[in-house]
Amino acid sequence: MPSTPSKVTALPVKRGFGETLRPDAWWIQPVVVGLGFLAFIVYSTWAAFQGAFYSSGNLLSPFYSPELWYPLGEVSEHALFGAQPGWWPGFLPYSPAFLILWAPVSFRLTCYYYRGAYYKSYWPGPPSCSVGTPGTGYMGERHFPLIIQNIHRYTLPFALLLLVFLASDAWKALWFAAPGGEEFGLSVGTLVLTANVCLLGSYTFGCHSLRHIVGGGIDRLAGRPVRRTAYECVSWCNKRHMRFAWFSLFWVGFSDAYVRLCAMGIWTDLRIF
Amino acid sequence: MAKTEFQVWRGDSSGGELQSYQVDVGPGYVVLDAIHQIQAEQANDLAVRWNCKAGKCGSCSAEVNGSPRLMCMTRVDDLPKDKPITVEPMRTFPSVKDLVTDVSWNYEVKKTIQRFMPSKPDAADGTWRMDQYDVERPQEFRKCIECFLCQDVCHVLRDHHMHDRFAGPRMFVYVANLEMNPIDTGNRVAQLRDELGVGYCNITKCCTKVCPEHITITDNAIIPLKERVVDQSYDPIAKLLGAGKE
Repeated sequence: MPSTPSKVTALPVKRGFGETLRPDAWWIQPVVVGLGFLAFIVYSTWAAFQGAFYSSGNLLSPFYSPELWYPLGEVSEHALFGAQPGWWPGFLPYSPAFLILWAPVSFRLTCYYYRGAYYKSYWPGPPSCSVGTPGTGYMGERHFPLIIQNIHRYTLPFALLLLVFLASDAWKALWFAAPGGEEFGLSVGTLVLTANVCLLGSYTFGCHSLRHIVGGGIDRLAGRPVRRTAYECVSWCNKRHMRFAWFSLFWVGFSDAYVRLCAMGIWTDLRIF
Repeated sequence: MAKTEFQVWRGDSSGGELQSYQVDVGPGYVVLDAIHQIQAEQANDLAVRWNCKAGKCGSCSAEVNGSPRLMCMTRVDDLPKDKPITVEPMRTFPSVKDLVTDVSWNYEVKKTIQRFMPSKPDAADGTWRMDQYDVERPQEFRKCIECFLCQDVCHVLRDHHMHDRFAGPRMFVYVANLEMNPIDTGNRVAQLRDELGVGYCNITKCCTKVCPEHITITDNAIIPLKERVVDQSYDPIAKLLGAGKE
């Protein structure tokens, strides 16, 4: 490939970090995005380390779903395999969320939308379009460490599997304890968990890697009705990927907070019928 | 008519600076009108490249108020009135004079990309049959007018000057047009990875934002190409299944 432009050799002098002639408040978006991510990271980490108040009756926090083993000292009817396993090292704190959160975290961390967004807010820039980038020695996603982002498609199956469990949680949230068994009903908590799985589903099904797998990777989709329909559905979500990324991020945190407040007795889950 | 201050970059490859001009801005003026007025009345030697004045030739690319734009499609009324309007040449390419830059590097890079390699004709009359549905995807990329605003805004070229390792968004749109063509038999994935450096793109989507033809460069061209590179380079299962070699 030709190297630097020929004929006239000098490229314009590089601008320093943050330098631009843009007169608008270009810095607002990366700051708001960066603070939004930071707020979620702080809250979700705090919530994951609690290991308590993550379920209330028929509601289970999405940060803890599926609950594989409940911690010692707690009893949870949502756990799939009972109490905390004996092989868990005693010197390590245990929370059911530790066994789950790596899946959505790795999926979002390597997501094409999030990558572009957090590169602008944190590293390696630019903070906004046509604004000077920080530092030198840029390596992009061509070399270590960011070449690891290419594992995104491998995080997708786990994200899809989680949707199954979250849908199951929303279904379970429709059934309430009643004398002699369970009864069908609806509460605000049911709606919160249902909206959560819908938003997470809309985000996950708009994944760029999924779009590639279902049809984007081939050049002829005509005559393949199943793949063509799948490609069109994923493309619809993909066009709104950023929107669903933010809505679902906020809502999953809100869902945890809602269940937590109910479990702590600060809030009562309002029964609609 | 209201007087508006324009600060226009004057200089050449050895350097330059912004110079102020007061312009009587008429109704419906675009930035290129103002530049022409400056050229006609105040600075006859002001160099500016333009042609169609209709947003279709891609000649009048520049940076208006720090953002890459076509001067002929940027209405003065849409710009903030409280500050001077700055007009600079594209910063990704060497300056020739004033607002004119040398964009020949793009054409040199384009020549290195594997050409269109059609399959054998599948119809008796020696032509091909393609479904319109399959043609629509690459057709989006054929809207490109080669204004090179996407190249200009891309920080890999603009700030890091990686012209020797990175081909830029325009070239990825060109490659996507070829790779996604239903009758093309070429395979440019290794070239994308090694020579054209698609891995240097970190998906800021600035190229999509500045495209005057509204081509969804990042989501429809670059990311699908990155996924094809993953298929053939980094994903052992996809390699095993021969993904992307249709």
